[in-house]
Amino acid sequence: MLEIKNLSYNVDEKDAQKDILKNVSLTFEDNKIYVITGPNGSGKSTLVKLIMGLLKASDGQILFDGKDITNLAINERANLGISYAFQQPVTFKGLKVRDLLDIASGEKNNVDKLCEYLSTVGLCAKDYINRPLDDKLSGGELKRIELAMVLARKTKVNIFDEPEAGIDLWSFDNLTNIFSSLNNCNIIVSHQKKILDIADEIILIKNGQLIAQGKPEEIYPLLEGNTCHRLRGENG
Amino acid sequence: MDKIEQRLLEKIADLHKIPSGAFNLRKNGKTDTRTSTKDIEISPKTDKSGIDIFVKPNVKNKSVHIPVIITVGGLTDLVYNDFYIGENADVLIVAGCGIHNKTCNKSEHNGIHTFHIGKNAKVKYVEKHVGEGEGSGERVLNPVTKIFMRENSFMEMETLQLEGVSSTIRKTEAKLYQNASLHIQENILTTDSQTAKTLFKVELLGDSSSVEVVSHSVARDSSYQEFKSDLIGKNHCFGHVECDGILLDNARIVSVPKIDAIDSNASLIHEAAIGKIAGDELNKLMTLGLTQTEAENTIIQGFLLG
Repeated sequence: MLEIKNLSYNVDEKDAQKDILKNVSLTFEDNKIYVITGPNGSGKSTLVKLIMGLLKASDGQILFDGKDITNLAINERANLGISYAFQQPVTFKGLKVRDLLDIASGEKNNVDKLCEYLSTVGLCAKDYINRPLDDKLSGGELKRIELAMVLARKTKVNIFDEPEAGIDLWSFDNLTNIFSSLNNCNIIVSHQKKILDIADEIILIKNGQLIAQGKPEEIYPLLEGNTCHRLRGENG
Repeated sequence: MDKIEQRLLEKIADLHKIPSGAFNLRKNGKTDTRTSTKDIEISPKTDKSGIDIFVKPNVKNKSVHIPVIITVGGLTDLVYNDFYIGENADVLIVAGCGIHNKTCNKSEHNGIHTFHIGKNAKVKYVEKHVGEGEGSGERVLNPVTKIFMRENSFMEMETLQLEGVSSTIRKTEAKLYQNASLHIQENILTTDSQTAKTLFKVELLGDSSSVEVVSHSVARDSSYQEFKSDLIGKNHCFGHVECDGILLDNARIVSVPKIDAIDSNASLIHEAAIGKIAGDELNKLMTLGLTQTEAENTIIQGFLLG
């Protein structure tokens, strides 16, 4: 179980402090899908970056299975059982897809195993395992490999920051099937209705503050503006 | 061959024993072993130190190994090796030099290699440089590579210097005739106070000739690297130079590009990027469980050997 207590994040801006996230408290239970949604710039990505340690909290506490991880490094949180799929997948000069999957799974994988990871995200292993994870791959391919890396880690908590971006050619159904099949705590940042639909709970964030947390049918009436457009079925 | 020599040979030429094909081992300034085959003849020069390597026309899928090892201090070795690659031949040439210096005196190897590549011939040339030894004596390697590529020939050149070379000045000059194509991949790691300077001068003389030079360099500690390239397009041709450098600690990398399109149909590109390892790359690997140091080493290894 992951708990965040009174979490805040602020930055210095022109002689004043700007609050990006204000006093947010949440509990994420095992075996549930949480979708964090809200308008652009509301603090959704900041919240998940704070959980992974990519940003350092200005105030508040993060507890993972009762252990205070607020001041732990990214890799220490990762090794306790938190994974993170980046919104903008990171590319490398020289590292191959198989290198990254080996690091993610913590072992040298044979082709069959690599095939298992990649076919789950709709990619054929033989076409990809020896390719460099660089910008010669398309945005959609990078996004799916990013997803495969998280799946290979088999961790208790998986964080996905806007996983749907760029994967239109594959399909939303495959993506949502993956999330539904994972038996752990999944925290997904998304605007997309199909992803919100599979949530056990939706967390609505606005202006850096927690507005509401509840089942989809409880939260849908509260959604408006940009998010609402997407809920009407528009992609983007 | 003792253990040090065996280890150097493994490092520079991936050789665990004397190979079955054409072979010339130079040890401490003298030829140690030489073997020619019916397709590839290696003969000593009569006017100066070095060898001539003749690959007969139409020879396919053969290899030549010409490693150099130095295991003494106080030696400055100068050698001239000329390669004559026959028309339509297809060969792998593995060179390289390993220095083990346990003394306080300098060990230096200067290898001047000249390639005459015949029409339609294909050459892969691999050159690894390694320095080691507990002595304070410098380990110096200064290779010069001159390449003449006739019509429709192809050459792939891979150079790798990963450890222990105190200083190096690498000069590569090439002249390419019609439809000749040259691909160079250079990977260099410097540490401590080592210095590495590389200079490429490529003249694209023939119609549709092309060159690609990719340099990946990593400079650690207070080491210094300098990359200079000079592409000259004298015909309808294509040239691309890419210099990527990763800086760590207090190291410095200088990249000096020069592209000169003498012919208006020449298309020449130079790209250079030098900087620390991107924070996103470190963060990504740390989210997969690696420490910052492990992440740095993984990125560098991929960059140099990937």
